[in-house]
Amino acid sequence: MLRRALIAATVLCAPVVAWADEMVTHFTLDNGMEVVVVEDHRAPVVQHMVWYRAGSADEPAGTSGVAHFLEHLLFKATDTLESGEFSRVVSANGGQDNAFTSYDYTAYFQRVAADRLDLMMQMEADRMRNIRLTEDDILTERQVILEERNQRTENNPRALFGEQLNASQYLNHRYGVPIIGWKHEMERLDMDDVLAFYEAHYAPNNAILVVSGDVTPEEVRTLAEQHYGVIPANPDIQPRARSEEPPQNAERRVIFHDPRVSTEYVSRSYIAPERNPGDQEKAAALRILAELLGGGTTSYLTEKLQFEEQIAIYTGAFYSGTSLDETTFDVVIVPQPGIALEDAEAALDRVLAQFIEDGVDTEAMDRIKMQVRASEIYARDNVDGIANRYGRAMTSGLTVEDVQVWPDLLQAVTEEDVIEAARAVLRPEGSVTGYLMKAAEVSQ
Amino acid sequence: MKHVVAFLVAAFVAFPAWAEVDIQEVTSPGGLKAWLVEEPSIPFVALEIQFQGGASLDVPGKRGSTILMTSLLEEGAGELDARAFARRGEELAASFGFDASDDNISVTARFLTETQDEAIELLRAALQEPRFDDDAIERVRRQLLTNIRSDETDPRALARRAFDAAAYGDHPYATSPDGTEDSVSALTRDDLVTAHHNAFARDRVVIGAAGNIDAETLGRVIDAVLGDLPESGAPMPTQAEVSITGGIEVVPFDTPQSVAIFGHAGVERDHPDFFAAYLLNQVLGAGGFESRLTQEVRVKRGLTYGVYSYLSPKDYAATYQGSVSSANDRIAEAVDVIRDEWSKIAENGVTEEELNAAKLYLTGAYPLRFDGNSNIAGILVGMQAQGLPIDYIATRNDKVNAVTLEEANAVAKWLYQPDNLRFVVVGTPEGLETTASN
Repeated sequence: MLRRALIAATVLCAPVVAWADEMVTHFTLDNGMEVVVVEDHRAPVVQHMVWYRAGSADEPAGTSGVAHFLEHLLFKATDTLESGEFSRVVSANGGQDNAFTSYDYTAYFQRVAADRLDLMMQMEADRMRNIRLTEDDILTERQVILEERNQRTENNPRALFGEQLNASQYLNHRYGVPIIGWKHEMERLDMDDVLAFYEAHYAPNNAILVVSGDVTPEEVRTLAEQHYGVIPANPDIQPRARSEEPPQNAERRVIFHDPRVSTEYVSRSYIAPERNPGDQEKAAALRILAELLGGGTTSYLTEKLQFEEQIAIYTGAFYSGTSLDETTFDVVIVPQPGIALEDAEAALDRVLAQFIEDGVDTEAMDRIKMQVRASEIYARDNVDGIANRYGRAMTSGLTVEDVQVWPDLLQAVTEEDVIEAARAVLRPEGSVTGYLMKAAEVSQ
Repeated sequence: MKHVVAFLVAAFVAFPAWAEVDIQEVTSPGGLKAWLVEEPSIPFVALEIQFQGGASLDVPGKRGSTILMTSLLEEGAGELDARAFARRGEELAASFGFDASDDNISVTARFLTETQDEAIELLRAALQEPRFDDDAIERVRRQLLTNIRSDETDPRALARRAFDAAAYGDHPYATSPDGTEDSVSALTRDDLVTAHHNAFARDRVVIGAAGNIDAETLGRVIDAVLGDLPESGAPMPTQAEVSITGGIEVVPFDTPQSVAIFGHAGVERDHPDFFAAYLLNQVLGAGGFESRLTQEVRVKRGLTYGVYSYLSPKDYAATYQGSVSSANDRIAEAVDVIRDEWSKIAENGVTEEELNAAKLYLTGAYPLRFDGNSNIAGILVGMQAQGLPIDYIATRNDKVNAVTLEEANAVAKWLYQPDNLRFVVVGTPEGLETTASN
């Protein structure tokens, strides 16, 4: 029996190991800049990305939004490029470029024909150290990020609700502050805030180069040494030190009313451990738990609350785990019209408790592991997706090895691991329960 | 200086060799045609199937029936009820997406070579033997009604609804394919069976596949999935008349940022001047920082996070549209700037430099689309749906490059109609009032 089980496990894992080994190369330049190359020679395209280990959770207090504001301003002038010239050159080469900011990282990327990689690196290396901003840039682009906040958040009651939930979840950590920033702090961001963040974080020894597509590791190494290798390491780059969460000992509730809400729902988040280098087993169990509980039509919450009791229109459970510091495990229930949020919440709690009592359905577990294995095959069709996976992980404290072993760790999760993870994380004292509601009724 | 040189060199160097996009035309034993790109390096297949007609085939009074029917395809088929169907898909690690829009129903399938036969059987059942069980109908109907209600307090959806109502007269395009609360509440199982019968037929299907499959196997697969469908369905929709007039229409809605959709009549995909129009739009307002609209509205004035324009050539009506969102006290200025740009390009056209930059971008970006089986399968279907020849990919950039400045600027004179430009603005905009009449 044991022998058969071992063989099955090996076969299951085989394709995962194969692609990881054959497609991905990792090395470090002399100045400390890490490089990841993900090869795919099917089309003459490359994606060139630089990821900085600096995101909104690295901002000094009082300057929320500055990481994202700086991201916008990197498209302005440098010593050698006019304002806007960066994107103009990318475009003239048939390429597309953009950037994004999160709690733990800021990343810049271009997708271009493979033979334009040299030019992309030249320009990206330039703006790592040489931006030249004007007061007018600050004033105008600050209006743009405020309109971005309007578009993403102020115009969207679900986003406003999400901000309040997050702020309540984190008692002492910057993950409680929105990535785009609080509006009142964004309005005050100035040149000094921006340049201080740039100087503190933008350096080769705080960055990861991720190139994917039709390129060899040797080509990337040669170009990277030429363009990035000549930038001196910044000896003042500090280890990322963030205020830590204290033990969370109190159940919290957030009631948010907005007349623009048409569908009321209950959202619950629990403080949860993240993936850590060499220590990802708990996170792997939580990832499988999220799939089992709320990953789709066959999941436990959907089965109980949508099909059997018919209380919910929608249920879901979410956990990613790729995060530098403590993250959350989230569940949501959208009740049917006519069902009160209190009743939906009670049903949700009852079903979560029932799940822990019932234990894991073996067939459901097998289906999820089959899906995990297949997703590694499908992932090879989207090499940029694999590149993103590395960038995100490596700016969240993980190593290349951690990324490569992750699918195997998911396969190794047992039914007992899942229940243990559920017991450890689904604690009321570590949770925030939110009600998104229509406008409060005005009594006549 | 260095960078200027780099730019010039880049500008005049020819683009590199194409990805090998070797398209085979496959005719199945049962007589169905498909386009195939064989790519054996990853053991899976991306299969894209599109049925022309889509939600515009809704029977009058039954708005929403095609969308609801399509959403129910994965909610039970053949021997399997909704939950058993979902479990089966997970066991096979196959994924099927069913999506209805104005002009078509698209089926996006992805399956592993190792479970190909079983996945094909599941897909066949979904398309040909959907159960439309009563409990599934009620469950999915409630989800659709939730979406419809959400749209009633979503500024972007409200803008879309008002614009389409003004643009498309009494054509189905004028109303949301989701239907209304009343129309969806009244749909019966028979209505769904009718919608299914109307939509799925051999005379309106186009098929694209890319991945680890050869022509012979693909022929067998498409016969298995589609072979038993009837030869014909409902008559195709008729042409819409684009009836929109110029002016501003304010839709009052209490939210901090106004959302605007603007536009007027456009140009059909098969119009001889389509490429000239496409290049003009690249200069005016397509994505990217260099467009005139982004430069004027965002970069210089900071009035928005995003402003875009795009040609919208639907199968039965062509429009030219755009969108912008700005705080309520700044949207009036954004509207003014966009109107000015519309007038400027109509009067003066574009410069040689702008046209060349647009050509460089469009011809350089085109080969970058063909990266991955899923993308390629989608492109193969798009080409067939538009009636393009199988060798189109190799000739497309020549068509872009052939447009001269004189041609482009002649097209600009009739394409841009500042007097007919309608702005639908949802919000509480300061300094804007309704001037348009429907």
